[in-house]
Amino acid sequence: MRITLASLICALLLLAVFGTAVYFMHLLGPGAVARPAFIRHAQLEALTLAGLYVANFLTLAFAVLLPVDSISGEIESGVIQTIASKPVSRSTIVLGKWLAFLVMVAGYLLLVTLGVVLLVRLFTGFVPPHLATALPLLLLGAATLLTLSIAGGTRLKTITNAIVVFGFYAIAFIGGWIETIGAVVGSDASRYIGTAISLVSPVDALWRLASHGMQSPLVQQLPGPFSAAAVPSEAMVVWSVGFVLATLLIALRGFRTRAL
Amino acid sequence: MRVSEAVVQTRSLRRQFGATLAVADLSLSIGRGEIFGFLGPNGAGKTTSLKLLLGLIEPSGGSGEVLGAPLGERRARTRIGFLPEHFRFHTCLTGRELLRFHGKLHGMRGAALERRIDELLVRVDLADAEDRPLREYSKGMTQRAGLAQALINEPELVFLDEPTSGLDPLGRLLVRDIIRELRDRGTTVFLNSHLLGEVEATCDRVVFVREGRIIRELSLAQPVADIAVELRVAPLDPATIAGLARFGSGITRAHELLRMRVSDESSIPKLAAWLVGRGLSIYELRVRRRSLEEWFVEIMGDGQRPG
Repeated sequence: MRITLASLICALLLLAVFGTAVYFMHLLGPGAVARPAFIRHAQLEALTLAGLYVANFLTLAFAVLLPVDSISGEIESGVIQTIASKPVSRSTIVLGKWLAFLVMVAGYLLLVTLGVVLLVRLFTGFVPPHLATALPLLLLGAATLLTLSIAGGTRLKTITNAIVVFGFYAIAFIGGWIETIGAVVGSDASRYIGTAISLVSPVDALWRLASHGMQSPLVQQLPGPFSAAAVPSEAMVVWSVGFVLATLLIALRGFRTRAL
Repeated sequence: MRVSEAVVQTRSLRRQFGATLAVADLSLSIGRGEIFGFLGPNGAGKTTSLKLLLGLIEPSGGSGEVLGAPLGERRARTRIGFLPEHFRFHTCLTGRELLRFHGKLHGMRGAALERRIDELLVRVDLADAEDRPLREYSKGMTQRAGLAQALINEPELVFLDEPTSGLDPLGRLLVRDIIRELRDRGTTVFLNSHLLGEVEATCDRVVFVREGRIIRELSLAQPVADIAVELRVAPLDPATIAGLARFGSGITRAHELLRMRVSDESSIPKLAAWLVGRGLSIYELRVRRRSLEEWFVEIMGDGQRPG
């Protein structure tokens, strides 16, 4: 409850700051310095992507923190004992939590990303392309961390679990940079390392895949966390779905045999 | 009370946590309708045993059945109620919502569930607090809500782990009455407690557990042999003391007071008639059954330290 409330406040803050920035940039832009239209557009795109990047980051944090205490906390407090002694299977308990949290994360993702997109459209008329493809990819990325958080909760204490899952995110983040820089400087070794890391933690690869679709060819050339100099293969989507399912199976197995 | 089929049956149940043996060898048989007490010092493996029976923990060895189904089987749980030690639940729920949630986990729905909730809220004396969130409940109220939760499905078998912990004397009386009502309805109750007075007042049979093993079983339903008698009679001469020996044993004298043990209740009126027949004046004749607490201390031995 508190996590949801805090996350919603963060989302509103992001939208307020972002909306103000877009409004003033667009309003002051043409009069301040004369810039060619294509540069102005590239700048607007970069700002929109920055907004979406933070929206995605907030969603990922929400996906980690929302379920992080759910199973381990209920085991520690003993709340789980009265539930698990009822005629419901342990798998139902885990799947029920997973599904409920996934719906909440999807709702949060829609709120923040569409908030960013609507603000940009309202003030500038610009809408990033391929949103309908990007949003499911971002949700899939959030689902990888959400499922890891649930699986960890069946075996680890709350704080340990949070550290481990954010560790997965950090690894994915640095893997993404290694791959991007590897692509820019033409280092195959870096690209391989980055790809290998993406297999262990695919969340950043999914962001890069989603953001690549939302960029114009010009912006795609600019290196950075919002661009995608190294575009992951689309096979990464299939891999990530498998990753979520495998992690979910580990969660079910971990909870089935857990002493409560 | 008639003990028929066994509702709980275990054979050499064992559970190990790493190098610690929490339950060493638990072989139990509890009959339908029995009020069964499980006694032992802290750390004797009582809660672990109970969790094994509920399927919350898997045994490291041995086997057992509860209500005819192997340990941990899901279907049997529709007929089981459980109040864990230190009952806690999500504090944002109100008392009624808590009971509704647990009723739904049992597959109960609609008007029948709401009727059962009304009934239980009145029974555990929470009817006026049903719409308040649990975070506003006192420890005793939470415990009573937990008890109602354990009874929501009208179970055939109820496990109560320290049900009176955190309750004031009135709360304890309420729990005692509820256990008696359950007995009248033929419900089997497995009571885990270290409050010996509670156990003595409610249980038909108790077992004493130490280091994960049952070391003694005691029936409280039948009158216990070995009754202590205290007497104050006058005049107290050696012939009277010698004559009393035919009714019992272990006669000791402390000033005017005589203490002795008789082996069955029928000796007491015979003893009194004999004293009157001899023309003695009886100023005091007290019968003391051994309390469960005395049994506990004797059975657990001197090696026990306060837990």
